[in-house]
Amino acid sequence: MSTLENATNDPIIVCEDVHKWFDDFHVLKGVTTSFRKGERAVICGPSGSGKSTFIRTLNRLEEHQRGKIVVDGIELTNDLRNIDLIRREVGMVFQQFNLFPHLTNLQNITLGPIRVRKMPKSEAESVALALLERVDIADQAEKYPAEISGGQQQRVAIARALAMEPKIMLFDEPTSALDPEMITEVLDVMRELAHSGMTMLVVTHEMGFAREVADRVLFFDEGLIVEEAAPAEFFDNPQHERTKLFISQTLQH
Amino acid sequence: MAESEFTQEIRPPKNTIGVLPWIKENLFSSWYNTLLTVIALGILFFLLKGVFTWAFTEAKWEVIPANLQLFAIGAYPIAEVWRVWIVLYTVCALIGLSGGIWGGLTLRFAVGIGGCGIVCAFLSMGISTLGWAIRAWVLGGVALLAALLFLGTRSVSVFPKIRRWVLVGWLLSFPWTLIMLRGFGKNAVLTTNWGGLLLTLILAAVGICFCFPLGVLLALGRRSTLPVVKWVSTAYIEIVRGVPLITILFMAQIVIPIFMSDNIRLDKVLRAMLGITLFSAAYMAENVRGGLQSIPRGQYEAAQAVGLNYPLTMLFIVLPQALRSVIPAIVGQFIALFKDTSLVTIVGLLDLLGIAKTVIANPDWLGLQAEVYIFVAAIYFVFSYSMSYVSQRIEEALGVGKI
Repeated sequence: MSTLENATNDPIIVCEDVHKWFDDFHVLKGVTTSFRKGERAVICGPSGSGKSTFIRTLNRLEEHQRGKIVVDGIELTNDLRNIDLIRREVGMVFQQFNLFPHLTNLQNITLGPIRVRKMPKSEAESVALALLERVDIADQAEKYPAEISGGQQQRVAIARALAMEPKIMLFDEPTSALDPEMITEVLDVMRELAHSGMTMLVVTHEMGFAREVADRVLFFDEGLIVEEAAPAEFFDNPQHERTKLFISQTLQH
Repeated sequence: MAESEFTQEIRPPKNTIGVLPWIKENLFSSWYNTLLTVIALGILFFLLKGVFTWAFTEAKWEVIPANLQLFAIGAYPIAEVWRVWIVLYTVCALIGLSGGIWGGLTLRFAVGIGGCGIVCAFLSMGISTLGWAIRAWVLGGVALLAALLFLGTRSVSVFPKIRRWVLVGWLLSFPWTLIMLRGFGKNAVLTTNWGGLLLTLILAAVGICFCFPLGVLLALGRRSTLPVVKWVSTAYIEIVRGVPLITILFMAQIVIPIFMSDNIRLDKVLRAMLGITLFSAAYMAENVRGGLQSIPRGQYEAAQAVGLNYPLTMLFIVLPQALRSVIPAIVGQFIALFKDTSLVTIVGLLDLLGIAKTVIANPDWLGLQAEVYIFVAAIYFVFSYSMSYVSQRIEEALGVGKI
């Protein structure tokens, strides 16, 4: 079912023994994994397992305290220039959308290209409009985020991240704050993105999406990757007790 | 079409109570309400009667028009008054141009200023001793404002960079004003001769325009992760907030010269400006910090994820939202600063209030404190209320509290 057709063998993200503490709380207890270019990985696990924290360390929204993270050949350290370089290559979509409320949807998208990539305004706007077209809300360009629905806001947020032409897209529970009828429209956009060959790391509870789109499912528990496998194997033949329990609980409803 | 008939909003029923029933319901609903109404009306009547009799029969308002020039420009020599007009014309030109270019609120502001000018030139005819020359100057200023306003509306399409140039013009207007008013050579007007409303407005304008950016920097500094920056900003804010403005003004006038060598002499007015600006900046910083704290962490994270660095994040994401949410506090600070300029009287500058005191001390106008102080209070009120009004309009235009 899920093939690795657009995933190459070159790793684009490499994590070795990544640790993270919030004060005394040990959130990540040595995560070691890597992601290939074009791979679509779904990260799941119970809340508090460290899965969100993990993908937030990949663009340095959270700092890891031990271990090594290399993104697109650049190691994440305290060097601000490296962090800026990596953030240009890594787009992120948040659970709470985090659109800029004082800017129109179009301005939300063009801000990064104009200010960071120094793209001329007219060019940035035509790129933004094309992206809004791609996420199917071109008619909302001149509205403010507060004037559109949650699903539409999340699609603008996806367009905003895509406008920077990232090599990797991180999704941090992109549908968790949405009403059920809006989840589909966001998942459709993500599905389309996955088919276009984008490298995607998605933290989500949408198991149907994982089964359909992912090349690999990673299961987090208590700060560690407990199990990782292709979705068919992950869902139909889980190895670990903790994974079995989680799958039986999430598939019940 | 047919749908709209059903979906039409139904307005609440109109309040059908007339004036008399309203009075009866609200003022005379019971015997003690009636009693309270009668007593209140009685007190109000005697108060107003006193005020009106005094204002229209006893008060000697002549003192105001007779000293209008003093109130306006203090001891500024009459032969050099053209400098003041040039400064006013510069400001008129900039206001007109800005109104034409930006439209909206700026346009309304420009039109309002023009309207005030026309009222000043015509309405007071017969009452005031305003000479024809002054009226002509004022009308000339209004004409200049109107002409540049028109020019401004046309220029945007032809010359898009004009916005930037007008902003530069506003910035340059500060040194230009100071240089123009002072002049050079033997005709120079020393700042000790600056006075009245002119001095008050200059002190306030300089204070407002410079304490704002300084306050923003201090607020950012206090929230900085760099320990030295944070420590210096916090110390500055707390020390300045712990000291009364009068003390700072005295320090600026008396203590600074002690420490400075004799060949560097800072101008007295300049020192007052410095004192007011540095004092207000500390309060401004705390206002801005309040706005910064209201920005959720997600906004910073989203900005970082898009690749914006710290200065860009602040400039385009955080400050626009933070400042918008604290406009009322910031304008409150501006108004306080405007009124606080009256404290420079104590260090020997003759601002509007200082001039009022000298007028009262003049033997020709002995015993007219009430008239003079009421006039001065009215001027302070007009300017303060205008600022408050403009801030309300800005809040509306920016939709504060809408989202």
